[in-house]
Amino acid sequence: MRLLLTSIVAGLLFGAGLMLSGMADPGNVLGFLTVGPDWNPSLALVMGGALLVTAPGFAWVHRRGRLLDGRSFTPVAHGAIDGRLLAGAALFGLGWGLSGYCPGPAVVSAGLGHTDALLLLPALVTGAWLARLLDR
Amino acid sequence: MNLWMSFFGGTLIGLAALSMYALNGRIAGISGILGGAFWERGMERRWRLAFLLSLIAGGWIARGGAMPSPWHGASSGTALLIASGLLVGFGTRIGNGCTSGHGVCGLARQSPRSLASVLVFMAIGMATATLLRPLLTGGH
Repeated sequence: MRLLLTSIVAGLLFGAGLMLSGMADPGNVLGFLTVGPDWNPSLALVMGGALLVTAPGFAWVHRRGRLLDGRSFTPVAHGAIDGRLLAGAALFGLGWGLSGYCPGPAVVSAGLGHTDALLLLPALVTGAWLARLLDR
Repeated sequence: MNLWMSFFGGTLIGLAALSMYALNGRIAGISGILGGAFWERGMERRWRLAFLLSLIAGGWIARGGAMPSPWHGASSGTALLIASGLLVGFGTRIGNGCTSGHGVCGLARQSPRSLASVLVFMAIGMATATLLRPLLTGGH
């Protein structure tokens, strides 16, 4: 029950953050990714604002070794950087630079009925499903 | 674009990610949550669905409950949108994360994998948007 409730609160905050920051609009994302005289720095400020909360917050959780309700918590060990990670990041970057949609904005925009995102999101889920097939 | 609003929106995203981590020990990575909403079962599926529906609701509330209107300046054409979606979906699952999982959460965890991922997808994303996209869209 608590997992459901916190997911709802976190989802609302995350969605509001994407919308207020302008990141739900792929025009702003493309404005950041397109280097030139009209460069739009907003994505860097969004990332900076988010990390200003998560970096000290996650470090605090790690120091405590417990979640807020007192359950003990051991952070997942850092894995190795491998070719699969880098290939995935490169393919994601390629797709991201084509449209300006990463998964969060794609979900929000499709949910709000934007036709571009309604075309893109099913393809995104299909791509994720194909990656899953590879692991079978 | 109001840069202060971008910063403020970023802190809300950070709060969302921190609350999932500090309360549940979970990473708020949208690509993983989206995939899991399809192929997980039981509670593992339900919390992901609740998160995604709330994500949309949060966006809707933040824009004052207005009905959809076209975004400015990003119309990409059907083929480009589908190719982009396939690449984003495939790439984020092969690479275990996107802007939220590797960016907002992974960098905060000081994960070397996330740092490598962010550097690669930022560099390729910038090269694609700057050099390749204008060729495919005729400069729009």
